[in-house]
Amino acid sequence: MDAFFQYGFLQTALLAGLLASIGCGIMGSYVVVKRIGYMAGGISHSVLAGMGAALFFGFSPMQGALLAALFAALLIGWIKMRWQAQEDTLIGAMWAIGMSIGILFISRTPGYSTDLMSYLFGNILLVSTTQLWEMAALNILVTGMVLAFYRQFLAVSFDEEFARLRGVPVNFFYLLFLCLVALTVVLLVQVVGLILVIALLTLPAAIAGHYVHTLGRMMFLASLLGMVFTTFGIWLSYVLDMPTGAIIILVAGGSFILSAVFSQWWQHRAQAAES
Amino acid sequence: MTGNAIEIQEVSFSYGKEPVLDHVSLDVPEREFLGIVGPNAGGKSTLLKIILGLLKPQHGEVHVLGTTPIRAQRSLGYVPQYPEFARDFPVTVEQVVLMGRLGQGRIIGGYSRKDREISQRVMAETEILDLAQRRIGQLSGGQLQRTLVARALACEPRILLLDEPTANIDMRVENELFDLLKTLNQRITILVVSHDIAFISGYVHRVACLNRTLICHRTENIDGQVIQQLYDGDVRMVAHKH
Repeated sequence: MDAFFQYGFLQTALLAGLLASIGCGIMGSYVVVKRIGYMAGGISHSVLAGMGAALFFGFSPMQGALLAALFAALLIGWIKMRWQAQEDTLIGAMWAIGMSIGILFISRTPGYSTDLMSYLFGNILLVSTTQLWEMAALNILVTGMVLAFYRQFLAVSFDEEFARLRGVPVNFFYLLFLCLVALTVVLLVQVVGLILVIALLTLPAAIAGHYVHTLGRMMFLASLLGMVFTTFGIWLSYVLDMPTGAIIILVAGGSFILSAVFSQWWQHRAQAAES
Repeated sequence: MTGNAIEIQEVSFSYGKEPVLDHVSLDVPEREFLGIVGPNAGGKSTLLKIILGLLKPQHGEVHVLGTTPIRAQRSLGYVPQYPEFARDFPVTVEQVVLMGRLGQGRIIGGYSRKDREISQRVMAETEILDLAQRRIGQLSGGQLQRTLVARALACEPRILLLDEPTANIDMRVENELFDLLKTLNQRITILVVSHDIAFISGYVHRVACLNRTLICHRTENIDGQVIQQLYDGDVRMVAHKH
């Protein structure tokens, strides 16, 4: 663990992991209970279009990612409201089209190959101080929105029809919700890259769901778990000298499998004790 | 106030070519307890959704509490047949009941003290106070139904609409539920959609038979023979006798 105190880049990586965990715990819980992991995957992959364009035209990839993610979120939300029946086909198409656009831009930009790998699989060790501030700002935005409209988000994700009957502008909150997912995806792309985002978004929340009864507690526990996974993953990848994003995901994935088995066993035991 | 809580005139509705409702007219006076029966796909749920303002009829007029269904929405309490939510959603009974308080008061932040008092009161009324912190996935069918009734009551409705409230519960619980509705009926107009006419006729004032078209019976006119026929599932035949 001494390395964390010796190297500045490790401290920055650690901070980036902790910051990303907050957003991922909050929005990931919604994604899990609402079962829209596939939609989140569509948003995260179309982010490459924005990053590629940013690289080609020479502005910040984070801004490109942000624009692309928000655009994809609104488009997917609109598609869902209009053509519910073909939702998965259309999300799949956006997923691939977004990536293709990104690849085309990147292939036209000289010296692309290292950047491409870090966009796809993340490189938390290259996070800059500016990016840390940007991540903090995104976190504050996401957390603030969720705190302000917690009741509405809960009602809309729980029972849309009933929320509509109570005069809650369901479509507005649905689109706002997808935009917040998009912001979180951008936050996470810094840490694990856009291919691995869905895992970090859903696994901590899914593990939390094994143990707690309310969405609020699920968010809290998922954020804590995310922090543990990213911190442990960064340390392990440093020790083993292996890619950080992949290690973090394997740590989270392994924990999920263990937790699924454990919680099943625990429930059986509790039922056996009752009867 | 006396008058009609709901006035439906010559309403027709179709999802595609085939009409689901064909020139349906129905007046529901305040504080009536009305049962709507009919075969599957006879248009019962569609009629409820029109009254709730979730669907708009192609023809005809609907007035709820003297105004349009959309404007009246906040004075309606709705207990759906198939709630849209997943049973494993991490939410407690109390949180579900509190959702009935949405749409009133402030928009940003948490529920007010008044919201919490009202939800405590309706949970006491529906006898689910001891379940308040239970996760909804742990409830029995009857307990979940009471929770949904409590959520509808938390809206402080003037009309309560229930779609097949007894579909997933056993006979004993069914009796308890209707006893509760009878008490509530002293202050609230109630519409209940059911397939079980023999059972509800002991509680409701009138029965509306709906199979694309609608015919009303006063429950005192439903004698043993009519109930027998209806119970055999031949709702249409009775409807045609009038």
